[in-house]
Amino acid sequence: MSLLFAAASETAHAAEQAVHVDWLGVFRTLGTLVSMATGLFFVLAGTIGVLRLPDFYTRLHAAGMTDTLGAELILLALMFQSDSIQMVLKLLLVAFFLLVTSPTATHAVAHAAYRAGLKPLLGEYRAPEIEEDGT
Amino acid sequence: MTPFMGYFMLGSAFLLIISMALMLGRLLGGPTLYDRLLAVNSFGTKTVLFLCVFCFIIGRPDGVDIALLYALMNFIGTIAVLKFFNYQSLDVNLSAQKTAQKTAQSEDLS
Repeated sequence: MSLLFAAASETAHAAEQAVHVDWLGVFRTLGTLVSMATGLFFVLAGTIGVLRLPDFYTRLHAAGMTDTLGAELILLALMFQSDSIQMVLKLLLVAFFLLVTSPTATHAVAHAAYRAGLKPLLGEYRAPEIEEDGT
Repeated sequence: MTPFMGYFMLGSAFLLIISMALMLGRLLGGPTLYDRLLAVNSFGTKTVLFLCVFCFIIGRPDGVDIALLYALMNFIGTIAVLKFFNYQSLDVNLSAQKTAQKTAQSEDLS
C-alpha cells in the first residue's frame, strides 16, 4: 500500500512538482474524527436518555442504542488509528463481542422485568397480559 | 499519532468519563432493580470503550485485551445477577427449569 502511494506521489511529483499529500493519513484522520464524534454523540444521548426518560422500558431503549451504535462507532474510530493489523483484529473482536452480548443482556433485562410484572407507563394502549408459561 | 489526535482522544476519554458519571446517577437512584441492572450493564460497556481509548492515549494498545476480557465479564455478570434475582439461587439448571416447576406443582397437589 505504501509502495503504491510512493509510486503515485513520485509520478505526480515528476509531472507537475506537486506538493506531497498523505491521502491515507487524511482519510484515517477524517474517519477517526467523524466516527468518534458520532459515537460520542450517541453515547452521550443515550446516557441523557437513561437519566431523563420516565419509564424503565423507555430507558432500556436509550441504553440499548448506546451499547450498540455508539460503541461500534467509537471502536471503528480506534481501528482507523491503529498501526498494525493485529490491533485492528483485536478491536474487531471487541466490537463483535459487544455486538453479540449487549443486545442479549438488554433483552435479558427486559424479559426479566416483564416476567417479574413490572408495568410500563401507558397512555391509551394496553400491553397484553403475561402468559402463564412466561413467553 | 499526531498531537492533535492525541488531544482529540483525550477529550473523547473525558466525555466518556462524564457519561459514566452520569450513568452512576441512574445506578444510585434507580427506582427498581432492573433500572440499576441496566445502568450497571451500560456502565460496563462504557468502561470497555474507555479502556480502549485510554490504551491508545498512553501508547500501549496491548491493553485492548483487558477491554475484551471486561466485555465478556460484564455480560456474564449481568446474566448471573438476573438469574439470581429470578430464581433466588444460582444453582438452577435453566434447561431443566420447566420439568422442575411441573414436579414441584404436582408435589404441591399431592
